[in-house]
Amino acid sequence: MTQTAVPVAAAALTAPRRRRTRGSWTGWGFVGPFMAVFALVFLAPIAYSLWISLFRTQLVGGTTFVGLENYQRALEDPQFWSALGRVTAFLAVQVPVMLGIALLVALALDSGRLYGRDFFRISIFLPYAVPAVVATLMWGFMYGTRFGLVGNINDALGTTLPNPLSPDLVLAAIGNIVTWEFVGYNMLIFYSALRTVPTSLYEAAEIDGAGQWRVITAIKLPAIRGALVVATIFSIIGSFQLFNEPSILQSLAPNAITTYFTPNLYAFSLSFSGQQYNYSATVALIMGVLTMVIAYVVQLRGMRKEA
Amino acid sequence: MTTATPTTTPRSSAPRLRSTRGGSKDRARTRGHSVDRPRRSVLLTVLTALVLLYALVPLAWLVINATKTQGDLFSSFGLWFGDSFALLSNIGQTLTYDDGIFVRWFANTLLYVVLGAGGATALAVLGGYGLAKFSFPGKRAVFAVVIGAVAVPGTALAVPTFLMFSQMGLTNTPWSVIIPSLISPFGLYLMWTFAAEAIPTELLEAARMDGASEARTFGQICLPLLAPGIVTVLLFTMVATWNNYFLPLIMLKDPDWYPLTLGLNAWNAQAATAGGEAIFHLVITGSVLTIVPLVVAFLFLQRYWQSGLAAGSVKE
Repeated sequence: MTQTAVPVAAAALTAPRRRRTRGSWTGWGFVGPFMAVFALVFLAPIAYSLWISLFRTQLVGGTTFVGLENYQRALEDPQFWSALGRVTAFLAVQVPVMLGIALLVALALDSGRLYGRDFFRISIFLPYAVPAVVATLMWGFMYGTRFGLVGNINDALGTTLPNPLSPDLVLAAIGNIVTWEFVGYNMLIFYSALRTVPTSLYEAAEIDGAGQWRVITAIKLPAIRGALVVATIFSIIGSFQLFNEPSILQSLAPNAITTYFTPNLYAFSLSFSGQQYNYSATVALIMGVLTMVIAYVVQLRGMRKEA
Repeated sequence: MTTATPTTTPRSSAPRLRSTRGGSKDRARTRGHSVDRPRRSVLLTVLTALVLLYALVPLAWLVINATKTQGDLFSSFGLWFGDSFALLSNIGQTLTYDDGIFVRWFANTLLYVVLGAGGATALAVLGGYGLAKFSFPGKRAVFAVVIGAVAVPGTALAVPTFLMFSQMGLTNTPWSVIIPSLISPFGLYLMWTFAAEAIPTELLEAARMDGASEARTFGQICLPLLAPGIVTVLLFTMVATWNNYFLPLIMLKDPDWYPLTLGLNAWNAQAATAGGEAIFHLVITGSVLTIVPLVVAFLFLQRYWQSGLAAGSVKE
C-alpha cells in the first residue's frame, strides 16, 4: 500500500509550490514532532554506528581508532559471507514464489470469477496478523517429528519423511514460514492496485476480442507495475533482514541454525554473545548499505521500463 | 475464530470502484456476461481454495491443539481433537502459570501498543497532514530523508539503537521499546497521500478566511476527513508493535517487562534448558490468546482499513 502510494507522494512533491502563501513555517509545526523522534531513533543510531565502526575495543588496551579496519575484516570474514550467501539464496527462491502466489491469487480475486471472493480475501490475508513468534513456533511444532504433523504422517503411513528442521532443509522450512506470513499481505497490495484499473479498459479490450490472458498481460500487469516493484523491494529488504524466524527456531533446531545463519543473526550474536559492538555495528551498516543499493537498483530498473 | 470469518465479512467492504465507473455496461452484457459480473468459475475457486487451505490449516492446527492436554499433544493426531477437551483448563493454566506472568506480559503488550502504536499514528497523522497541505523550508530534505529511511533495514538500526540507549540508561525500561516504535515511515507515507486526496485545499482556505486557527482547522475539519486513513495506519502500527520481537529482545532483560512475543518464546525455550519444565500446551494456548485480539480487530475494522488502503492506492 505504501507502494502504490509512492508515485502519488512524488507527484505531490513536484507539484507547484505556490499552494500556500501564508505562514511558510507553519508546516513544521505538524512535521516537527515526527522529525524530532525520527532524528532520535533513525538518524542518531546511524551516525553513532558509523562512528563506533571506526574503533576497536579490547579488554586490554581499551578503545582505539582503527579507521576502516572493521570493514576490511568483514569483507574477509567467511562467516559474514556465508550468512550473506544464505540470505541471497533465500531471496532468489522465496521472494519469486511468494510474490508469484500472491499475484495469482490477486488476479483470481480481481477476475470476479470466484465464489465467495470476500471470504477468500480476508482469510488469505489473516496470517499477516499473526506475530512472527507465533507463526514460527506453530510451524516449528508442526514440522516436529514428536507431536507435529510430520510425525503424525510418519506414524500413519509408516514413512520417514525428511525432518524439515535438519540442517539441509531448515532454510526451506523458514522460507515456507515467511511465505505463509506475507503471501496475503502482498496479495492485498496487488489486489488494491488492480481495483484502481478503470473498467473502461476491460470493456474496450472485450470489444476488441481480447481474451483473459491478453487482458492480464496487456492491461493488468502494466497497470500495477508500481505495486509489483515496491512489493519486490520490500520483500528484498525483508529477506536481507531475516532474523526472527531463524532466531526463534534455534530453540527447536539448535544444530541446524548457527550463530551466523543470517547477517542479522550474526550482528546480533556479535553484540550480545561476543560483546564485539564495533564489529557488529560494521556488519549492520554494510548490510544496510547493501540493502539500500539493491532496493535502489530494483526501483530504477522497475520504473525505467514504465517510461 | 477462523470459522467466524464469513459472517463477519460485510459484503460491501470492497471498494466499489468499478461499478461507479465504466459507463458502457450494457454493451458488454450483450455477450451473456458483463465485465462487472463475469461467470463464476468452479475450477478457479478450487485452485484459490488451495491457497486458502495453506493460510488457514496452520491456524486450525493451533486452535485444535489449544484444546489438548500436554499428554494428548503427543499422542493424538494433530488436526483432530484429543481424548480430552482441555481448552478452558489450558487457558486457566496459561493465565495463572508462574504467578500470572502471562497476564503481566499481556498488559505490557497493551502498554507498548497504546503508547507506541498510538504515538506513531499521532505523529504520522500530524506529519502526513503537514507534508500534504503545507509548503515549508526543508520539505524536500524531509522527503529525501524519509524515503531513504524506508529502505534502511529496521533491524540494522536495532543494534546501534541499543548501544545508544544503553549509554542513555534507557535499556531494560518500557521506554526502550516505546520510543523506537513511535516512528513509522510507512504510516507517514500513507497519511501523506491520504491527506493529499481527502482534504480539499479550498476547504482549508475557507476555514482560514473565517479566522479559524491552524490547530482548530486541523482538529475540527481535517481529522474527521482523515478517519479512514487514521484507522488504517493505526491497525498497521498496532500489528507492528504487537508483533514486535527483535526490538524488545535486544532492549529488555527483565521478564517483568516482556511483551507477549518474548514471553511465549521464553516459555518455549524453557523446555530446552536443563531442569526446565516443558509447557508446550501453554505455549500453544498462549499463542492463540496472543493472536485473537489482532484477528478480531482486523475483521471488525475491515470496512475502514480497506477503504483507507484503497484511497491510498487511487491515483487518478
